[in-house]
Amino acid sequence: MKFACFTLMPYRPLDMAERNKHRSAWVLLPNSLYDPKKGADEYDSYINQLVYAEKLGFDIIAVNEHHQTAYGMMPAPNLIASALIQRTTTCKVAVLGRALPLVNNPMTIAEEFAMLDTLSRGRLIAGFVRGIGTEYHAMGINPAFSHERYLEAHDMIVQAWTRPGPFEFEGEHYNNRYVNLWPRPYQTPHPPIWVPSQGSSETIAWAAAPERKYPFLVTFAAQDLVVRYLNMYRDQAKKFGYEAGGEQLGWAAPIYVAETEERARAEAKAGAESLFNDYLYNPWEMLLPPGYMSISSMKATVKMRKALGSRPRTHTIDSLIDSGTVIAGTPKTVREKIEKVRDQTGVDNLVAMLQFGVMSDELALRNMELFATEVMPHLR
Amino acid sequence: MSQLTTAHVGDVAARQLSAGSGEKLVFLHGASGLPQWNSFFAALAQHYEVLVPEHPGFGATAAPRSMRNIADMAMYYLDYLESFGQERVHLVGHSLGGWIAAEAACRNLNNVKSLTLMAPAGIRIKGMPIGDNFIWSVEETVRNLVVDQKLADAMLSREPTEEEADLLIANRYMATRLGWEPRWLNLALESWLHRIKTPTHIIWGDSDRLFPAAYGERWRALITGSKLTIVERCGHLPHVENPDATAHDIVSFLQSSALNGAVK
Repeated sequence: MKFACFTLMPYRPLDMAERNKHRSAWVLLPNSLYDPKKGADEYDSYINQLVYAEKLGFDIIAVNEHHQTAYGMMPAPNLIASALIQRTTTCKVAVLGRALPLVNNPMTIAEEFAMLDTLSRGRLIAGFVRGIGTEYHAMGINPAFSHERYLEAHDMIVQAWTRPGPFEFEGEHYNNRYVNLWPRPYQTPHPPIWVPSQGSSETIAWAAAPERKYPFLVTFAAQDLVVRYLNMYRDQAKKFGYEAGGEQLGWAAPIYVAETEERARAEAKAGAESLFNDYLYNPWEMLLPPGYMSISSMKATVKMRKALGSRPRTHTIDSLIDSGTVIAGTPKTVREKIEKVRDQTGVDNLVAMLQFGVMSDELALRNMELFATEVMPHLR
Repeated sequence: MSQLTTAHVGDVAARQLSAGSGEKLVFLHGASGLPQWNSFFAALAQHYEVLVPEHPGFGATAAPRSMRNIADMAMYYLDYLESFGQERVHLVGHSLGGWIAAEAACRNLNNVKSLTLMAPAGIRIKGMPIGDNFIWSVEETVRNLVVDQKLADAMLSREPTEEEADLLIANRYMATRLGWEPRWLNLALESWLHRIKTPTHIIWGDSDRLFPAAYGERWRALITGSKLTIVERCGHLPHVENPDATAHDIVSFLQSSALNGAVK
């Protein structure tokens, strides 16, 4: 198994009483609640954590992109990746990922990833995502064209990386008379492309197609869903006539390790509950703008939501651990929980979020150390 | 009561409500889709043959994939209007429908006898932001669209059936396609509104919280010779909130000697 250390870089000094006066920690949360000096301290903390992860033996350090939110302070994750490349030597650096539909010329993404790949001498993993629904409110891009733009931007970037230039790219959303990348990527044919997703069947089938075989990374889901989505990928691969390897499967989850079960639960509580209730929560209109999902998926989701009822912002550490959304406990417990999913799916990439929500540096570092020494070696 | 029929335009088979007889009056609906047939439409149908087509992509009317923006919708409605041959119609549009009507009228007035725009989308007054019906919750939307909160309560108390809910999703998807970015705006439209030389009546609720009534004054200034009527104690849906008064305003304008004298 390969291990990534991942952080969202949440803005921890957030005044939660003020946050709770607003519908979400995204887009409409006034940025007067953000303090630039504290923000600079946050960057220091998080970058130090990721650099330390290399020393602890993680294979990959990982960042991602979100806009206009206290949930994550990386609207431009490539800038952080560039800083990480300068301070590390061997680990892979993963951007999980850039939100392709949000840009008006995907050439910039092709260029920046090629630069990072070159700067790191081939240590880049390039994630391709659509961003969550709120991104479309934040950036003004029409969610009705999100899927089309994603697919077209993907084609443009991969062609820019692999086809001899100059050539012309002729699309519906993107058009470029000259595509001729300088520099080209360091890796041949191009950096690995990963597809983090919340598990849409369309995305899974697209990633698993034989001409792509992109690793699919299921993010933030209850354990039964993680197992279902990863096996959906394997089933898709079988339909395409091949057996998906474990290296094509990834699972991203908040993980917390401590000496006892009670301590793990107590120490993970504030971080996990703030992550899901305060930072991540979004009302329906912000999370799923029209077009973000296909109309049939949207209809199904509306019906499911009606059947289940909606109880926003009521996650507890117990409910999160019970559902397997958060993995927490002693090293033995955490190992067993991960092994169980690995046995059920063959998943070979674990993206561990070891700092989450308001969790302090002190707890995060201890968590990283325990995970690296007491969990990782047993699963390799 | 109205009839539900199908209007065939190119590859599109559009649902269409119709009633009455006389000159044709075509009503282009807003982003919330094919309207309920209420006393507003009944009043118009006493004087005109009222046709209310469903826009492609809305409700149960499928849109070809090529129907991507407001210009496509305007061209589609020019095809629709041409299907009446030489006949010229009274074109009425509300909100998104008003925007489509204005876009179509800028391009070609051959089939348009008069234009009535009720709180149309499509232009921008800098520093005068419009409401964001894409980020509002369902309840906020309803409460912001009408002034009379008892009416809002009544609208909210009615849970849509499963079938209606599916149609509402389609409406919202197509409205997003047309109006998300730039938000309810075609920057070029303002420069071409001078091409509208047919008698034009602009109607606006005085308390519209989606498109403030100041937009009504701007439209009046942009379309030479147009008339502006402000409906009092009324939000974004004059035909729902003040159906009888609004229908009366429309019919009065259409029957005024100014209009009938102006028609060539």
